[in-house]
Amino acid sequence: MRSSRYSLWQLLRHGYLGGGPWPRAWRAAQPKQRYDVVIVGGGGHGLATAFYLARQHGLKNIAVLERGWLGGGNSGRNTQAVRSNYYHPQSARFYERSLRLYESLGSELNINIMLSQRGVVTLAHSDHEMDSMRRWCNAIRLNGIDSELVSLAELYEIEPQLNRAGRFPIVGAFIQRRGGIVRHDAVVWGYARAASALGVDIIEQCAVESLEVFNGRVRGVRTRLGLIEAGQVALTAAGQTNRLLEPLGLQLPIVCSTLQAMVTEPVKPLLRTLINSPTVHVYLSQSDHGEIVIGGGTDGYDSYVQRGSLPTLQANAAAATELVPALKQLKILRTWAGVVDITPDTSPIIGRLPFEGLSVNAGWGTGGFKAIPAGGEALAATIATGHEPEIVAPFGLNRFEGGHLIDESAAAGVAH
Amino acid sequence: MLRINCPHCGFRDETEFRYGGPAGVVRPTGPERAAWVRYLYWRRNPAGENAELWLHASGCRRWLELRRDTRTNVILGVRDGTPNPEPVA
Repeated sequence: MRSSRYSLWQLLRHGYLGGGPWPRAWRAAQPKQRYDVVIVGGGGHGLATAFYLARQHGLKNIAVLERGWLGGGNSGRNTQAVRSNYYHPQSARFYERSLRLYESLGSELNINIMLSQRGVVTLAHSDHEMDSMRRWCNAIRLNGIDSELVSLAELYEIEPQLNRAGRFPIVGAFIQRRGGIVRHDAVVWGYARAASALGVDIIEQCAVESLEVFNGRVRGVRTRLGLIEAGQVALTAAGQTNRLLEPLGLQLPIVCSTLQAMVTEPVKPLLRTLINSPTVHVYLSQSDHGEIVIGGGTDGYDSYVQRGSLPTLQANAAAATELVPALKQLKILRTWAGVVDITPDTSPIIGRLPFEGLSVNAGWGTGGFKAIPAGGEALAATIATGHEPEIVAPFGLNRFEGGHLIDESAAAGVAH
Repeated sequence: MLRINCPHCGFRDETEFRYGGPAGVVRPTGPERAAWVRYLYWRRNPAGENAELWLHASGCRRWLELRRDTRTNVILGVRDGTPNPEPVA
């Protein structure tokens, strides 16, 4: 694993000396007739699950089935934010585990995931908001996670481009300095390459049409490429989860909606941190390439369309320029959207389902990217040991029946 | 941009409307837990034709029931609708 695959020498060899095409990062596998574990969905969570199953639990006969191309869904459509500034202890523990795993993921997978812990700033626009932020910030610190209140003077020192005379004046902020951004494609490719090297079959262009269940036990999946038998099936398919479960008479409490993002043309360094404003509903950061990456709220109605609506785009642009007026001079280069699977409490659903051998990792809604390492690790442990590890025990489907919701609707930073 | 053909006002932009969720939600009459759990947390969310409520908030203030394909955003029909029962918070 610790090869010199992308070393300086290899770059020179391929770039200047004509070393031929780069070797494939993962094998192009053909489906076998049977696997011990079939994972439906080749996004970050599915690939991470496969990797940890092989790496931490020694399972070898695993397939990841992807209907399109790897990371072509929400794993490649998010705004790359990683952070663990969550209010409730259950969430804090989980997302902190995920951030810790991100901090060592580059060396674990031997790929540069471009982790940039530049700090995540959440703005307050009124004294009341500042009060609740104080409480939020303290709760995060009590959970053992770094979080600091920032005065207005300090804030303008960190981000001099922030508006000083806005329609919604900024009064303060809090920052998680260990939060930041990660290159999302690298995470997908890194997990795929590492899983493939451990013997996992990654099969793209292989849409799963239905689950095969017999006598309450999952037997396999019916795909575009035929029937594949499986000892266990894990669903990491976000908005497609309910489509697969519906014929079994089972539904997760998920509502799918469209969430869009955009980038401006690239400019010189302008923003240092990832800025997030719950009041004007926007978050923005500058990529290493120089584009300003802007995200906001969902389009506001149920949808499976991977294209955003114009009014939401306008609202996001207006909010971004309210926070950083200098952005008014920039052109929007590109916009895109993904289908987010939102639960009633905006916390995920991870664990076994009431069919033997069937488990799920879904309902991440607008915040699944930051959860990829811990989500994959927890689902892998569930599959390998037959029960959910303690860290995700509170996130089971049964929490809705008992009313034990983990309401993180505030943690998204932006209302969805 | 959705363009919704309000039976009272004609074609209007989606910005005049507010989405009200799926139509035909029935509040449980008895105390059965399963029915309440379903009512509170589960929502019909088909990938395909969806019967859903929209309030013409900046127009005639009437509730409309749309049939919309959630995979394409094509609106298949609009008629007057009945608002769902108020959720119990």
